[in-house]
Amino acid sequence: MIRAQDILEKVDEFRWRVPVSYMSGMRVPGLIYASRQMLEHILEERAVEQVANVACLPGIVNYSLAMPDIHWGYGFPIGGIAATTVENGVVSPGGVGFDINCGVRLLRTNILHDEVAPKVRALVNALYEGIPSGAGSQGRIRLRNGEIDDVLVKGSRWAVEKGFGTPRDLDNTEERGQMAGCDPSKVSHKAKERGVPQLGTLGSGNHFLEVAIVDEVYDVGTAKVLGLDRNGQVVVLIHCGSRGMGHQVADDYIREMLRAVVKYGIQLPDRQLSCAPVTSAEGQDYLAAMRCAANFAWANRQCITHWVREAFCRVLGRCEEDAGLELIYDVSHNIAKVENHAVSGQKRTLCVHRKGATRAFPPGHRDIPQKYSEIGQPVFIPGDMGRYSYVLVGTRRAMEETWGSTCHGAGRMKSRTSARKALTGREVLRHLEATGITVRAGSVSDLAEEAPEAYKDVTQVVAVADESGISRIVARTRPIGVVKG
Amino acid sequence: MTGTRESHQVKRFELLEHTADVAMVAYGKSLPEAFANAAYGMFSIIVDVDTIREVESQMVTVKADDVEMLLVEWLNQLLFTFEVNRLVFKRFDVREFSDLNLVATCYGEKYDRERHGSKLGIKAATYHMLKVDPKTNQVRVIFDV
Repeated sequence: MIRAQDILEKVDEFRWRVPVSYMSGMRVPGLIYASRQMLEHILEERAVEQVANVACLPGIVNYSLAMPDIHWGYGFPIGGIAATTVENGVVSPGGVGFDINCGVRLLRTNILHDEVAPKVRALVNALYEGIPSGAGSQGRIRLRNGEIDDVLVKGSRWAVEKGFGTPRDLDNTEERGQMAGCDPSKVSHKAKERGVPQLGTLGSGNHFLEVAIVDEVYDVGTAKVLGLDRNGQVVVLIHCGSRGMGHQVADDYIREMLRAVVKYGIQLPDRQLSCAPVTSAEGQDYLAAMRCAANFAWANRQCITHWVREAFCRVLGRCEEDAGLELIYDVSHNIAKVENHAVSGQKRTLCVHRKGATRAFPPGHRDIPQKYSEIGQPVFIPGDMGRYSYVLVGTRRAMEETWGSTCHGAGRMKSRTSARKALTGREVLRHLEATGITVRAGSVSDLAEEAPEAYKDVTQVVAVADESGISRIVARTRPIGVVKG
Repeated sequence: MTGTRESHQVKRFELLEHTADVAMVAYGKSLPEAFANAAYGMFSIIVDVDTIREVESQMVTVKADDVEMLLVEWLNQLLFTFEVNRLVFKRFDVREFSDLNLVATCYGEKYDRERHGSKLGIKAATYHMLKVDPKTNQVRVIFDV
């Protein structure tokens, strides 16, 4: 059995370096944020190999980074961050993932648990019925011919202009839900065709909508700034991405990049790392298309937000100001951003890939909403179906060490096939209901694969992020109602 | 989870251990048959494939730069057809097959969630650990779910 001490160099309790000697071709070392306990599993999973593979990318700066929720992906691990210089580095669609701008948003409310408790089932049903979900689901939104291009360019703003939500929602979304530098002409016809019927749908698998309550507040002052006032306060978590539209963009450009590596003579240890120079036509086209997909995902989450508000209004009779269903923030965890960062004391423009990793900018950063300037950018780490989710904020240390990034979630531990063997969907459902969580799921059999036991413990993941200093824990929530495709 | 054809008790495909995604190996007496069984396996991940009736057919044509990419193209094109044309298929008659080109007639019907169910959405067939083995007529692909 491979032991951690044979491969990794311990930096401290939460940082483990993968030296460049680990594998030939590595341009920089790897750096894994994890507790000792977590390392054994990470090693078994061969995620270290992937961290090392990413270190081979041309133009990569400092480290190939891995967050505590790291697990095996294709090419890039999930829970990985890699920054390359724009001038002579590459951009890689595999470093973003198929679900471009899969992300999560959190809504706070003026409602307390006592009030919602007798109506949770009705609320969960209303949410399930009001928001299309599941494989092959079709949305409720009818787009005019060509209107998809507006969605791709305007993102959340398109949704707000159509009446899904308020302008204030835009203030509280990463990139205001609308990334500049997008170009719908770089998005294939196929991707648009997939996007049109899927706008305003939740998807399936690990995507979900959760009604939760604040369960513990660790930093009262910061929580207040976020609008989280007390235990028992009802919040809503929405986790989904760009649906088939983004998946198609990813597939289109992964294929494109397979040709590009030959054209540009790029040597890679794994085909799934395929890439092109950031400044090349292929690289620029990918970024332009990826931003369209990101905008689609934001429009998607914005539409869903509106329907969540409608459901609360209908079932609880609490509407608008009274319900206070305000968007705290929306973060992406599969995306590539061109950002300025200090590298060895100098300002450099980098292409930062976050795949299963969340931006976590520090207090004072100009890209975060003014009202969060004192506390740092909000970060949401959804746990799995039965367990806690966490609210954190970004830190200076993250900016210095991880390009202002942190983890994104629990990370899977068990394969879907072994999860199915361990439990049936019905057993999972029964267990969740027994612990006070009302579930409405499109696929009961899929529930087994999404069982809490199949995931790493998010509490451990978040603890590492906090104790290593790359984020600060603010509050914890626990679910009372879950809607899944 | 495996799919078997009752009459011959031959394994058509099986799902393998993979942490986050779904890995599948499909078998056949020939590569075209393995490709057909891969498509069948894919639909059985998404819906209850046994409930699909063969009331409609559609011809699907794909091209690629090599036979491994052809497998990915084939499966992703079927996914596209599912999402956009709302068709689910259970039988695939491969008419033309080469390393670079595949033409098949696919038999199935319009997707009906009530009847076909909704098991697990597939985002894409990926290029990861992709294998097409003409000696054993086995193919392997990982789906991002």
